Amino acid sequence: MFGGELRSQCNVLALESTGRYPVPLKSVKNWWLSWGRETCTAYLFLLPSFLVFAVFTFLPVIFSLVISLFRWNLPRQPVYIGLDNFKWLFTDPIDAPAFHQSVINSFYYALGGIPLNMAISLGLALLLNRRLRGVELFRTMYFLPTITSTVAVSVVWMWIYHPADYGLLNGLLLRLGLPPQSWLRDPRLAMPALIAMGIWKGMGYNVIIFLAGLQNIPAHLYEAAEIDGAGEFAKFRKITWPLLGPTTFYILVISVINSLKAFAQIHVMTQGGPLGRTTTIVYYLYQQGFETFRMGKASAVAVVLFALLLVLTFIQFKAVGSRVYYYD
Amino acid sequence: MSGLVGSRLAMRAKLWRHPRQMVFAALWYVFLGGAAVAVIMPYLWMLSTSLKGTAELFTYPPTWIPRVWRFRNYLDAWNAAPFALYFFNSLFVALVVTLGQLVTCSLAAYAFARMEFKGKNVAFALYLSTTMISEQATLIPSYLLLKELNWLDTYMALTVPFLANAFGIFMLRQAFMTIPRELEDAATMDGCGRLRFLGQVILPLTKPVLASQALFAFMNNWNSYLWPLIVTTSKHLRTIQVGLRYFVGQEGGTQWGIFMAATVFVSLPVVLVYFLVQKSFVEGIAMTGVRG
Repeated sequence: MFGGELRSQCNVLALESTGRYPVPLKSVKNWWLSWGRETCTAYLFLLPSFLVFAVFTFLPVIFSLVISLFRWNLPRQPVYIGLDNFKWLFTDPIDAPAFHQSVINSFYYALGGIPLNMAISLGLALLLNRRLRGVELFRTMYFLPTITSTVAVSVVWMWIYHPADYGLLNGLLLRLGLPPQSWLRDPRLAMPALIAMGIWKGMGYNVIIFLAGLQNIPAHLYEAAEIDGAGEFAKFRKITWPLLGPTTFYILVISVINSLKAFAQIHVMTQGGPLGRTTTIVYYLYQQGFETFRMGKASAVAVVLFALLLVLTFIQFKAVGSRVYYYD
Repeated sequence: MSGLVGSRLAMRAKLWRHPRQMVFAALWYVFLGGAAVAVIMPYLWMLSTSLKGTAELFTYPPTWIPRVWRFRNYLDAWNAAPFALYFFNSLFVALVVTLGQLVTCSLAAYAFARMEFKGKNVAFALYLSTTMISEQATLIPSYLLLKELNWLDTYMALTVPFLANAFGIFMLRQAFMTIPRELEDAATMDGCGRLRFLGQVILPLTKPVLASQALFAFMNNWNSYLWPLIVTTSKHLRTIQVGLRYFVGQEGGTQWGIFMAATVFVSLPVVLVYFLVQKSFVEGIAMTGVRG
């Protein structure tokens, strides 16, 4: 494959020195040397990654659409039922309210924490955007929860949210003279408790992205504003906030996408309860697929989730360009 | 650039010149320090609990510094479940995935960065489109596929689906494109093949990017939960995250000292690695998270 490289180079050298090939080449061979072989090599280089993507990404996407048209309750064989799975998701007296609730829960989880999360992150990023001693230490600390595994973090927060008086948070409430709560076992408080943990865990990432955005704002704008006598607040309102717009929007969309994908914290901390109040779309999908093994119905949920995520990702790509992000 | 640095320095000098500025600087530390304490608190609570005996766990008000330091909790936790096996599984799987990704990603990234071939743009768009498809949305078909392949409950299920990563390909491609083309022309003149050029010239020159890519791959895989939870059922194939969850779930929630000890050693490796490389890590996030 690669041995012919040298010969073609010799041919090129000969061409350059004498103006013609030492051996006349047939046009097919010529094409092979110039285009065909490079294309062939390139595809060989792409082959390993392409195989993985084809089998474990593209095939499942198509397969997902197909399965959603079947009743496939493992270990039984699949039966074609057309769009009935989707019909059930939206009209069935048992399935529809549960699915409906999971959509509401998902958006509650995704949107509930965002205003506070973004306000805190932006505030911290603004504070960090100074050349003072200790900036890097703070940045390192804020980012720590993001790299810690969700399972480990969830176990710690379960202990913090422990419903007894000796739970850390209840201890604090008691000291302030407030009644203790059952947090994760309280239908009203379980979701806010998950959201609070989510803010704590996701904040560091947002701070870093905000900080990168802030550092891209040209300093001369601030200098010009200072000459014009602008105060700190005016500078923030007229320069920082508008120029940070794309970054803010990026964080907003990424936060929603990542929240919609949340699974580990729910599986560890609440198992979708109490009273299904923390059963998000992904958790509902998990229950359908891996607790009751209804593959068809779970696939229908997956198709809805997929469409939702696709729209959001598309908005993100459209609005901010093809910026790459990490961290689920 | 020099203007930027200059103004920053001026800002720093100005900050300490005036008493009012000193108050601002003090406030600055109070706010950031307060936030840092809030962020670190759960970690301290985890450490503190992991050293407490059963009696002290259930006292009100909660104590931050254990009266008796019970290091035995760590030993008890380690022996209460096959954590050594869980560690091995996670380490093995994460290493295979990381090395595999480096190979497949550098090959693909090289093709995209340095070769002209038919269908390049289509292929690249196709690769990038995989970043839009989340694991959660393809869970069911992937599971059924592995079932058909008889791969459920094997190391294959834990590794093979992750052997390529479009983010990695994208990042490596960016890095490879910075290598001067003249270098390659010269090497080709000397009879150096593409594969050899990639292995002996490009990869050594882009080591920092490869390292951060490896780190991302390793951490994401080490911390992953949903997929290993679903594709493994037997205990001997559990990864550390799944193992921790079952360990905490099965005890009915009273052995918090031991649970926290287990949580400490599960999260410790990643935290340690993070502190060793945090600077380049955080800069990598800032650069890849939002560019330009």
